[in-house]
Order: sequence, then C-alpha cells, then structure tokens
Amino acid sequence: MACTGPSMTEPALCLDRLSVAYRTGGRDRAVLREVSFTIARGEAYGLVGESGCGKSTVALTAVRYLPRNGSITGGSVMLDGTDVMRLGPEALRQLRANRVSMVYQDPGKALNPSLTVGRQLAEVFEVVGVRPAEREVRALEMLKKVRIADPGSVMRRYPHQLSGGMQQRVAIAMALANEPTMLILDEPTTGLDATVEAEVLDLITDLRRELGTSILFISHNLAVVAKMCDRVGVLYAGMLVEEGLTRETLGSPRHPYTVALLRCLPQGGQRKDHARLDTIPGFLPSPGAPMPGCPFAERCALADGRCRTEIPELGDAHGRLVRCHYPDRAADLPRSSPADVAPARPASEAAPVLRVSNLSKTYSQGGHPIRAVADVSLSLLPGETLGLVGESGSGKTTLARMLLGLVQPDPGGTIELDGKPLAAGLGQRCDEEVKAVQIVFQNPDSALNRSHAVARIIGRALRRLGGFRGADLSRRLDALVEAVRLTPQHLALRPSQLSGGLKQRVAIARSFAGDPRVVVCDEPTSALDVSVQAAILNLLAELQAKRDVSYVFISHDLGVVRYLSDRIAVLYLGRIMEMGPSERVFEGPNHPYTEALLSAVPNLDESQDSRIRLSGEIPSAANPPSGCVFQNRCPRKLGAICETLEPPLTEMEPGHIFRCHIPAEDLERLQRRRKACAQIVGSSPEKARRYELAR
Amino acid sequence: MNRFLARRLAYSFVTLFVLSLLVFFLGQILPGNVARAILGPFADQQAVDALNHQLGVDRPLFVQYGTWIWHFVQGDMGQSYIYRTPIADFVVPALSHSLKLAAVAFLVVVPLGIFGGVVAALNVNRPTDRIISLAGLSAAAMPEFVTGILGILVLGVWLGWLPISAAWPDGAGALTQLYHLILPAIPLVLVLFGYIARMARAGMIEALDSDYTRTAVLKGLRWRQVIWRHVLRNALLPTITVVATQTGYLIGGLLVVETLFRYQGIGSLIFNAARAKDFPMLQACVLIIGIAYAVATLLADVFYSLLNPRIRMEESQ
Repeated sequence: MACTGPSMTEPALCLDRLSVAYRTGGRDRAVLREVSFTIARGEAYGLVGESGCGKSTVALTAVRYLPRNGSITGGSVMLDGTDVMRLGPEALRQLRANRVSMVYQDPGKALNPSLTVGRQLAEVFEVVGVRPAEREVRALEMLKKVRIADPGSVMRRYPHQLSGGMQQRVAIAMALANEPTMLILDEPTTGLDATVEAEVLDLITDLRRELGTSILFISHNLAVVAKMCDRVGVLYAGMLVEEGLTRETLGSPRHPYTVALLRCLPQGGQRKDHARLDTIPGFLPSPGAPMPGCPFAERCALADGRCRTEIPELGDAHGRLVRCHYPDRAADLPRSSPADVAPARPASEAAPVLRVSNLSKTYSQGGHPIRAVADVSLSLLPGETLGLVGESGSGKTTLARMLLGLVQPDPGGTIELDGKPLAAGLGQRCDEEVKAVQIVFQNPDSALNRSHAVARIIGRALRRLGGFRGADLSRRLDALVEAVRLTPQHLALRPSQLSGGLKQRVAIARSFAGDPRVVVCDEPTSALDVSVQAAILNLLAELQAKRDVSYVFISHDLGVVRYLSDRIAVLYLGRIMEMGPSERVFEGPNHPYTEALLSAVPNLDESQDSRIRLSGEIPSAANPPSGCVFQNRCPRKLGAICETLEPPLTEMEPGHIFRCHIPAEDLERLQRRRKACAQIVGSSPEKARRYELAR
Repeated sequence: MNRFLARRLAYSFVTLFVLSLLVFFLGQILPGNVARAILGPFADQQAVDALNHQLGVDRPLFVQYGTWIWHFVQGDMGQSYIYRTPIADFVVPALSHSLKLAAVAFLVVVPLGIFGGVVAALNVNRPTDRIISLAGLSAAAMPEFVTGILGILVLGVWLGWLPISAAWPDGAGALTQLYHLILPAIPLVLVLFGYIARMARAGMIEALDSDYTRTAVLKGLRWRQVIWRHVLRNALLPTITVVATQTGYLIGGLLVVETLFRYQGIGSLIFNAARAKDFPMLQACVLIIGIAYAVATLLADVFYSLLNPRIRMEESQ
C-alpha cells in the first residue's frame, strides 16, 4: 500500500509501513511496527487500542513532534500529498500552520496559562499572515463558531477561568481556524463530563460537516469512536491488527483482540448478578520486546503453534483487514474468565448498615457560602452498592468524604453506622468505626506509598486496621493477597514495578484489610484500560458477594455504574435529584436531568437514541438558580413554578424518588414518546427534535 | 492581586516579628553579664550594677523588648555597648555598602544565570548543556576566598585592570564605586551562577515539554516566537522566587569577601559585634538583614503575580 500513486486525489493522511522506536536504556525499542493506513479526504478514521499500543505515537509522528528519544526507523508519512519526514523546518512550519492541527486530552494544559484566550487564538491567524487588525475579528468569529457563550469576554479571559468544556472548545477553535485538511484528535473528550463530552462531539461532527476536514480520532473509548468515525483501526503492541468500517468492525470483530476488548465492556444493561465481565489475561508486551509470532498470541485463547512462530500478515477477510491466521474463528474466542456468578442480592428487609440523614456541607469562599452538598439523606443495605452519578461539581466527592470523616459536615446532619451515630470527624471515630468505612481512590499511583513494598503496604493496613500480629498477620496477608488475585511474587515489589491494574488491586487489598462494612470507591477504574477495568469490577463484585460489604460507587462511566450498582443516586449541585433501583433509573421514567445524562452517553449497542442537549454550564454552587436548581438547563421546564419553588423529593414508585414538579405520569409519557420518535427518525437529532415538536 | 499581596505583606510582618523575638531573647539566653563584659573582671560590683541600670538591662525583659522594638521602628537602633555611640552610625553606611555590592552582583548574576540555564535547556543533554551545568557546579563548589584571591591575583595584581580593594576613596562618583566593586562581585557571581542556571534550566525543560508548548509549535509559530511568548514566561516563574531567597546571603553573609577586599559591609559588622558581645549592634544587624530579606521576597511576589495571571486574577474569581 504505497502512498504515492497516480490517483488524482491525494489521501489526507497516508502511513506507509511506518515504524517508530523510542530509545530507553541505551536501546531502541519499537513502539510502532510497520503501521499502514490511509485516511481519505473528508473521512473520519478512528484508532483504538489500550494504553501503550502506540496510538498517540501515530499522531505525534504525523505532525513530526516525537519526543527527543523517538525516531522513525522505517516507512513514511504523507500528509496531504507531502512527505512529512522530508520537510525542512520552514516547510514543516507551513504545514503545521495551514494543513494539519491537533487537539489532545486535558485542554487545561494545552493552553498557555499566562496568555489570554484571545491572544492565543490570534496567533493562529498571525502565522498565516493575517493583518493585525483583522486577527481579533477572525478570532472572535472562530469562538462564535465553536458556540462559546459570550465570546467577547472569553477573548479577554485566561484559560484557568474557563471550564474544561470551554477550554476544549477554545482548543478546537484554534485547531480549525485555518481550515486544515487534517485534524488529529487524541482523546479529545477524555476527562470531560458526559454532558460536556456529548456537546464537544456534536461540535466536532458539525464542524467536520461544514469544513470537510479529515479526522484522525484516537480514543480508548470504543463507543465514542463508533459514534464519530467512518472507519476504525485497532492497534495492538504497535501493530495494526484489524481495520474496517466502524459499524462492521465493532459489530462483528474478526481479530481476537478486538473481540476480547469489546467483551470487557459492560454492555446491554449487563449487571454483576448476570455474569462476570470477560477479561484479557496477561499483559501487553513491553515496547521493543522480541516478537517471533503474532503479538497477541500470548493472551489469545485461540493461539496455536503457528501463531507463536509466524507473524500473520494484515490480510483481507470479508472486506476487512485482519492480522490473524484464523480470522474466521475469532467469534468463537472462549471466555478467559468464567461467566458464572452467584452473588446474593442484598436482603431488602435487613437493617441498613449506613444511614445518612440531612447531610449538608457549606464551604465558604471569600465570604460567600457555597453549598457543596445540600440536605442529602440516604441509606445503604449490607452487601448493596449505591452508585453516585452526576457531573463534576455535583458534590459526589464531598459526600463521599463526609462519609469517611475527612470533611466535617454542617451541624444538623447525622451519619449512622449499624444504627449507631458515627462521629463526623475521623479523629473522633474509634478504631472499629475507622476500619468499617474505607476508600479506594481513583489513582492508585498517588494512593500508595512509592517507597514501600506491597507486603509492607498491605501488612501495615492489616496491623493498623485489623490489629493482626505475628503469624496471624502473615496468614491474613496471604489470604488477602489471594482474595485480590495477586500472587506472592508481587509482595516484594514496589508500586512503581506494578501495572495500573495491579496497583489498584493493592489499594483494594489495603481497604479490605480491616474487614470494612462500607467501601467508598471513588472512580476506581477511571484511570485503567478496559480489560483491567473489567478485572477490577469482577474483583469488587466477588469481594462483595463473599464478604457482604457495601459500596458507595462513584463513577462518571454510566455503563460501569450500571454493572455494579443495586441502587443509583443522581446528584446535581449537591442535591439528590433522583434515587432508585439501578434498573428503574436506567429504564425510566426519569428526572429530566437523569434523562439528559443518560442520553448524553454514546452507546455501542443500539443506533443513536435521540439526544438531549443541556444548554450552558453547570451553575456555580455559590450562586445556584432559584427554585429548582436544574431549571435553567432543564429541557422540560414547566414555567414559573420551576423558578420559584424547589420541588421536594417525592416517591413515584416504591423506592424510586425524584425531585421534579412534573408529575410522574407526564414524565413517563414524554419520555416514552421521545424514545419512540428516536426509533422512527433514526439517528439525526435535529429531525428527532423537529418530530417531537410537531407532535 | 491586591489581596494576595496584602496577605504576603502580612506574612512578612509576622516573620519579622518572630525574628525580632528570636533575636532579642536569644541574646538574653547567652551567658554573661553585660556590664561585667564591658567593664572587665576587675571592675567594682557597684559600677557594674550602675552600668547595667544605665543600659536598662536590669528592667523586665518584655519592657526591654518593647522599648527596643519601639525605638527600632522609629529609626533609633540604640547605642553600641562597645563604642558608646548610636548604632545607626555604623549600620547605615554598612548597609549601603552591602546593598551596593549585592546590587552589582545581582545585576550580573541574574541575567547571566538565566541565560545560561535557558541555553542549557535548549541544548539539553548535548555538550553545551553539560559544559554549562558542570561549570556552574564547579564555580558554586569553589569557596569565595579561593575565587576572590584568584581574582585579586589575576585581574588585580598581574593584569592590574582592577583595584584590589573595594573601598573607594572618599567622595568617589558612582562609576568609580562601580569600578571598585567589580572584583569583589566576581566570587558572588560564581557562587550563585550555578544555582540560578540550574533552576532556570529545570523550569525551561518543564515548560518545553509542556502541552502548551506543543500547542504553540503545532500552530506553526516560529521557534523564536514559541520560546519568547510561550516558554520563557512560564519557565522562569520558579526561578524568580529562588533568586529572592538569595538576597539574605548577598546582603548579610559576605564576611569573607568583605574581609578579603577590605570592605565595610553588614557581614563584617555583624561578625565584629558578635566577637565583642555587642548585643544591641548584633540584634540591629540581624533584624536589618531580616528586613532586607522580607523586602526582597515581597518584591519577588509582586513580580511573580504580575507574570502569573492565576494570582493576578484571584480577586475576580
């Protein structure tokens, strides 16, 4: 597949047998091995795979911005007909100024903290020689194009004064200002809230349609890629293992890695009591490892002798490119973890292990009170998981910290453990109470002491929380290590020698050292790849079934929340807007906020549901809207009553409560109609909206 | 920003207050009767008591402290035990000497150090970087008396380009004074260069690796524009703070250099006062150095907040 051909139209991007190596420890280690693909003009191409597969390296090579130790060891990159590797400095600069742009994760870091947005945006026009007077006008136009509210004032602001979603809009505005042929998006919505992510993805779709830009879309999120891309390539260990039309490839994958990756995701309303999630055994080969056969052979249940000795070619299999000796067998890939589970459902008649009544937290900032959590009451049964969902700033973390005693709640609220009042501050809790309520953090890297070995980290927790000593301690240590599926070899290692998933297992072992009653899981899998996430979710479900522990599970990933939670509480501006059994919350009828949240999530399973877009940003807790706090963004707002009176939490069916002025029957009718019309009109949100209006 | 600076100003006053307490009470803990020390072992006990009374050291401690600090803020630093003359007569010229030397050293080493660090960072892990880092480290490792004497020998004695004494003739103009200060400033520059260059290099490397630098490069800006507009400003923020913390050393810690070049600065004043148990003089000098330090830190904060919009915008948040 050579990139230069007689054809009249050059592809927007063409990689031809591209190999890249990073030099570490005095040796070149291959991170990309003969990767070839083509992106046609106007096409959106997705690149997926777990971290370490080389996705970002592809992007950085295309714009020739490899790190200092990176080098191209073979092949070529043609961008819009130009060989990127052969350009001199000035030509490369021109290429970057005019023909290719890149947007990446974490827009807060991508913008210069000490220059105004307007200045940074104007520079984009400066490099292509726009007159100084005109730059500002064009910059303002661009901000309007990315639909930023009040663009005039945004121009004068600094990046840290904007929300994450707005920062990413600014970054997209900069990227598209000179109408490049090629836009590279490297995890552009990772780390953004679901509602913000949906808006940013819509924006990209619209601008792409308007400008005809080709897109290379890199993401670990298969659902997002499915929504955005025409074709998709799957990278594994620096090799392209499968490529084809997105819908076909993700719908009926032909490479065992793609199959396994998709199986790791909780899909179609799968729950912990239905089946265990499938996982991928083993680990990604380290960069530069010798590769005598198929890179995936070590982890593939279908691999045979041929797979281990002979690297398969990327061959055509039913209109798809697949790098496998046996592309027809992939669908029969056996599960790597048994599906059977028998977790007991929490007994609903049991006394709650944790009961929270009227808990509030008011912070003060510059003399203004900020209500981070307002009047939250909930209870948790033994062995039950309560999922907490809501956008950032909704008070999830503050609530969790109050449960742990890390944040002192306002006077008036109470927390009860097993019917006995629990002191608000961690310092006032007795040892029994401290070990009863534990936490697993999002980032195991910063939660574990880097200079201690695993045995010492877990052993210390067993001593401090469990009170074990001597032989008893080492017996307990072995049992706990086995329970979290670590092996004795891991005990001598330090956290830096472990992968992310193994580190999270150590963190989980630590929190379980004192046989806790309640474990708060604060985004425990957000920093992990899907295959590792699946294994951790299985572990959490298993530990719960065995030990009857209750979880407060915080996650922005609704699929994950649905998998693990028995009940779900939806928070908005510190208030519970809806709470009920997991299935009821996902099936509806819902509070309008929940409805919007659910519809914002891209889904692999079904064709796009019609989507509800929330206008504007989540308001500041310092200055919440009057009446119902959701009224200024609510698509189903009734009118004056919503602005004047905060609706109370009402029970609309047993155990399912929410906070809305619209009667449950009306909501149910409205929401059923929206879903029905979505099926009729298909995936176009505009058409669906018009259809709904016409009714 | 004003709130940020007001808070910093308040911190400075707290620091100075604590420093004054420490200085004062540590002076009290030191053994020895003041009048006895002054009058010698053979003086009459009555005379000792009388002198103690006259000096006020027989009053309660907090009264002594209150009087001392009250007079100090009014510019009256008290009397030297040894010379029996107002301390201000010694401290003011010494301070002016110290400030002049510090200023010369500072004006040379800060731009030089930053330049060295930036050049090193732009050539990271290449020979230029290694040479700058190694040179900075070696210079910092050499004591001032070695570099000072080398300077005197080479530039002063052999080549005869520069005067070997920092003390200029009475009534000398600014240029002559500067001429006399070049040689003594060299050891100070050598000591600080490596330190500042190292900080600047680290800040630069971090800024060069940052995502916003990548954004700027991928926009198609010229390398020079990327460095000047996007990298330098963010890279040098930590260096500014570090530079400020060196002023204490530059003003009060230069005993060796002052002795070597026969220069009457605060450093030698404080050394002589300590040797002679001239406590009022000692206390005044330490407090003066503390004030200089606090002012420098405050200036660094002002500069920092001007460069850093996050602090400048704090109030509007």
